[in-house]
Amino acid sequence: MTIDVVGVTKRFKTFTALDHVSLTIRSGELVALLGPSGSGKTTLLRIIAGLEWPDTGEVRFDGEDALSRSVRERNVGFVFQHYALFRHMNVFENVAFGLRVRRGADKLPEAAIRGKVNELLSLVQIDWLAERYPAQLSGGQRQRVALARALAISPRVLLLDEPFGALDAKVRKELRRWLRHLHEELPVTSVLVTHDQEEALELADRVVVMGHGRIEQVGSPAEVYDDPATAFVHDFIGETIALPGEVRGGALYFGAHALGLDPQGVADGPARILARPHDVDLADPGSTPFAGKVLAVRTFGPTRRADVELAGETGAVVVEAAVPHGQTLEPGTRVGLLPRRYKVFTSPRAT
Amino acid sequence: MNALDHTAHGHGASEGLPSALEQSHAYAHHGGRPARTEPPAVRIALTVIALAFIGLFIGLPLITVFYEALKRGWAAYVAALIEPDALAAIRLTLIVAAISVVANLIFGLVAAWAIAKFEFPGKSLLITLIDLPFSVSPVVAGLIYVLLFGAQGLFAAYLQAWDIKIIFALPGIVLATIFVTFPFVARELIPLMQEQGTSEEEAAISLGASGLSTFFRVTLPNVKWALLYGVLLCNARAMGEFGAVSVVSGHVRGLTNTMPLHIEILYNEYQFVASFAVASLLALLALVTLIAKTILEHRLAEEDR
Repeated sequence: MTIDVVGVTKRFKTFTALDHVSLTIRSGELVALLGPSGSGKTTLLRIIAGLEWPDTGEVRFDGEDALSRSVRERNVGFVFQHYALFRHMNVFENVAFGLRVRRGADKLPEAAIRGKVNELLSLVQIDWLAERYPAQLSGGQRQRVALARALAISPRVLLLDEPFGALDAKVRKELRRWLRHLHEELPVTSVLVTHDQEEALELADRVVVMGHGRIEQVGSPAEVYDDPATAFVHDFIGETIALPGEVRGGALYFGAHALGLDPQGVADGPARILARPHDVDLADPGSTPFAGKVLAVRTFGPTRRADVELAGETGAVVVEAAVPHGQTLEPGTRVGLLPRRYKVFTSPRAT
Repeated sequence: MNALDHTAHGHGASEGLPSALEQSHAYAHHGGRPARTEPPAVRIALTVIALAFIGLFIGLPLITVFYEALKRGWAAYVAALIEPDALAAIRLTLIVAAISVVANLIFGLVAAWAIAKFEFPGKSLLITLIDLPFSVSPVVAGLIYVLLFGAQGLFAAYLQAWDIKIIFALPGIVLATIFVTFPFVARELIPLMQEQGTSEEEAAISLGASGLSTFFRVTLPNVKWALLYGVLLCNARAMGEFGAVSVVSGHVRGLTNTMPLHIEILYNEYQFVASFAVASLLALLALVTLIAKTILEHRLAEEDR
């Protein structure tokens, strides 16, 4: 099912949670809404579900207006952040709930309910836990129950709010793979909210990066990582080295020193040159756009980082550069920084 | 639920572990008696004092009630209970308790639901008002109803015109009892419902359940033990209430006397056996309440796990 969100705005008192957000989610795809807390991603998910109503804007399911229907009538499977399992029902009854509350012609006979629930429990690989109560389950098992329960109503869309947020790192990784696998088996349109970029990039067909109630970029995991549309996306996803600069007359400068880098069409004024650590080479200080003194070198696991102090007219700027494997760098020496791939953005401080 | 889970475990650990550690520590240094354990004489003395206190102030009166009630034998005891005025008092007490418990059950659920699950203006005022009966003397509560509905009261002319009797009649007694007992159910439910939040209800509705279905399948089962606990306390108080009821009842024998009022009248008339016989029924109610309360507390603790 295709979901269209058109110009949705939502305010909570004075806080604008969503600011004219428009988004199209294609049928059968798995989309991740990624952003820091307060970016409006959960609010958007709850509006799609019908648990929250927008102040203005439209939500359409397959072209039909969804806002005129309540969450009951939208047929969405919602997986809550803390699972929200019914604590007084065992696993089987939790999953059966959506089938048991049906009325009239939709009501299934008991045998059909049992069959469907057992099928779902084996799909999520917890059929052996059917008699247990939520309090007796581990976090990962609860997650699977919540998913089976949401799938029981054969939803047109599956909405997941921070589905792995409460799990430890190892279980999280395992469940993530499994969810991706499940999505391929049951191609139901799925929207996932997460603040974990690794999760979004690994799981999703497309990633929607959100910040301050707006959509910053929509793209494939590779696009948002390799070609960030805004400085926010660049900063938020992956590691970023921020180099200072200024655009004057269509060229990039650091102080009085011309950098010889492409300003990428950015207008005159203070700018930020953003690059991935692995896209910045360390080289001979004489030949590179940036040069500075090494303050310290840190090693953690396979990566090494050097704090390099760039002296400018307006004061020193310390940037963190990646030190390639096999290269040694002594604190106190001078080193040059050569960004091979980079993006230039106007500096937010300028405006 | 998780948080509770942890605190429950935490308690267990903090009670068990450090004391065990302290003890072994103490043993190591003193070569024998744990440092923080008092001599046996002190321990025995403390236990005896505590037990004697409880015996003197709670046990003895309770025994006295049954002793005095049965002093003239079983026949006199039964006779005092099946005497028409006594039966009328028991019947009235049961009716009043049944009406006020049901009323406060509904009110308590509605108020707790509203307070725990919604934001609305005047919410903190409502929470404060629910506690009012705890802080107001029951006699004052009774007096309020007399001033409102009595012969010289605010609505006197109106009530007379329609020939409605509230004070010195069943409605007055019920109103006073409801007022005095209304915090019990709500107070028991509000913290529990607040802690449980609304996500289970949201889940139920997203799975296609109606509001009513959600209430009976999700909300109510989640609070059922706390609800029963509140009802139990509410009932015990409703049957035992003296002050507020005394003001509004008018003490009409066989008509507006509840059990506590009946006991007082009998006692004042030196009918000690009859007085204590009826009192023994209230004492029995207290014992039953106590046992049921213990069972419910056990269930509540289990629910939390």
